[in-house]
Amino acid sequence: MALGFLDRSRTVAPPGWSRWLIPPAALSVHLSIGQAYAWSVFKPALESSLDLSGTASALPFQLGIVMLGLSAAFGGTLVERNGPRWAMTVSLLCFCSGFLLASLGAAVEQYWLVVFGYGFVGGIGLGIGYISPVSTLIKWFPDRPGMATGIAIMGFGGGALIASPWSAQMLESFGSDNSGVASAFLVHGLVYAVFMSLGVLLVRVPAEGWQPPGGKKPQEQQASKPLVTTANVSARNAVRTPQFWFLWVVLCMNVTAGIGILEKAAPMIGDFFADTPTPVSASAAAGFVAMLSLANMGGRFVWSSTSDVIGRKNMYRCYLGVGALMYLGIVLLGDSSKPLFIACALVIISFYGGGFATVPAYLKDLFGTYEVGAIHGRLLTAWSLAGVLGPLIVNWVADSQEAAGRSGPGLYGLALSIMIGLLVVGFIANELIRPVNSKFHEPAAATAAGPGSGEERKEATGR
Amino acid sequence: MTTGENSTPAAPATADGPPAALFAFAWLWVGVPMAYGLYELILKAVQLFTGG
Repeated sequence: MALGFLDRSRTVAPPGWSRWLIPPAALSVHLSIGQAYAWSVFKPALESSLDLSGTASALPFQLGIVMLGLSAAFGGTLVERNGPRWAMTVSLLCFCSGFLLASLGAAVEQYWLVVFGYGFVGGIGLGIGYISPVSTLIKWFPDRPGMATGIAIMGFGGGALIASPWSAQMLESFGSDNSGVASAFLVHGLVYAVFMSLGVLLVRVPAEGWQPPGGKKPQEQQASKPLVTTANVSARNAVRTPQFWFLWVVLCMNVTAGIGILEKAAPMIGDFFADTPTPVSASAAAGFVAMLSLANMGGRFVWSSTSDVIGRKNMYRCYLGVGALMYLGIVLLGDSSKPLFIACALVIISFYGGGFATVPAYLKDLFGTYEVGAIHGRLLTAWSLAGVLGPLIVNWVADSQEAAGRSGPGLYGLALSIMIGLLVVGFIANELIRPVNSKFHEPAAATAAGPGSGEERKEATGR
Repeated sequence: MTTGENSTPAAPATADGPPAALFAFAWLWVGVPMAYGLYELILKAVQLFTGG
């Protein structure tokens, strides 16, 4: 399908190529598409210049996240088959042309074009870009897959940190009317196209038979960690295993619990300490949100790297078990101590980020490297559901508690208790994960033929 | 992150690998924007301790 420069065969690393060039390639894509989380910077300008409601101005972001999940789930096999350079190119074209379309939409005051461009077209770029470097990083770092995917997925968290002040400065320079927004979108599209091109040019897949220097061979890893397989499972078969669905529940519960606190962080810390001698001001609450962003980003790298040492299952025991205890700490003691509240929230959010970053390595352990990117794409549907569930639970419960006459920490007690329950469900699901039954393993010949071949083979034979 | 930790394909490597300048360029390309984002974030985070 992909020919010439973009073809997988053209991206095989020459002898001597360093694997340490792959993380910056991945980061150039993830730091760009992570801009999605800074969409809120454009909301006030769009609302005033195009006379939109808050709900309407959120539409491009919401559609973008829906398209992220859908394109990652349905495009994963194509990404595996055509290779990372093809995937990064598709991501670049979609993400950046999404900005250009949005720019045109803002310029001619056609908001539907902003929604279609940024949300639909750009959203495809988000999904394909998110999974594009995952399997390549895992293949280059079989000895440290958690660290490798942690770097890339940390970039997705870092993207908003860069875009947020940068976009705000741009709106300040160009103005907040529709032509100013159009100019800002245009510059975003062009700059991100240049920035992401590094990934397209730099990414390489390891040559057949390549081994990491001084790293353990997969057989040695399997001997020390029972969940680490040397076999391979196709994406089509992976979704038929209980392991996939247990991990789906684990990710969904961990993300739901994290989003719950992330969504309401600023009002929550204000409400918790409103009736104390040291209430939290609006600027301090903004500082708290910034601290959470740091924890989210740092957790992606630190905890995912830690999982290479202690194992994926143990790491998720921490995310879900210790995370539940942190929530309990906030429920029982949160309003008595500001440092305790902040510390618990930081740990919870670092686990939220860590959960995202560790899951590709967990998938690699269970299903092998054969189509791990495609399997990861399918698993990200858990994120889509969690993105709806988390804010829904916290906001609905807080509203109902307010209607019942409660205030301060009382607004959140029930919602936080629900989060503890969700984390316990995730903890149990993680405990149920066992090695994948060998009947799902691909024959060696199919995996040698390359990703996607297993699916084609089954379709051809009707299995 | 060292240039010494190069890939070791099944066949003996004959090339020297990518030049060190490429490493510096690639990591600066992503590192500088990240440092900018982190700097801006830390400025905001400080408000938690100074903002009352």
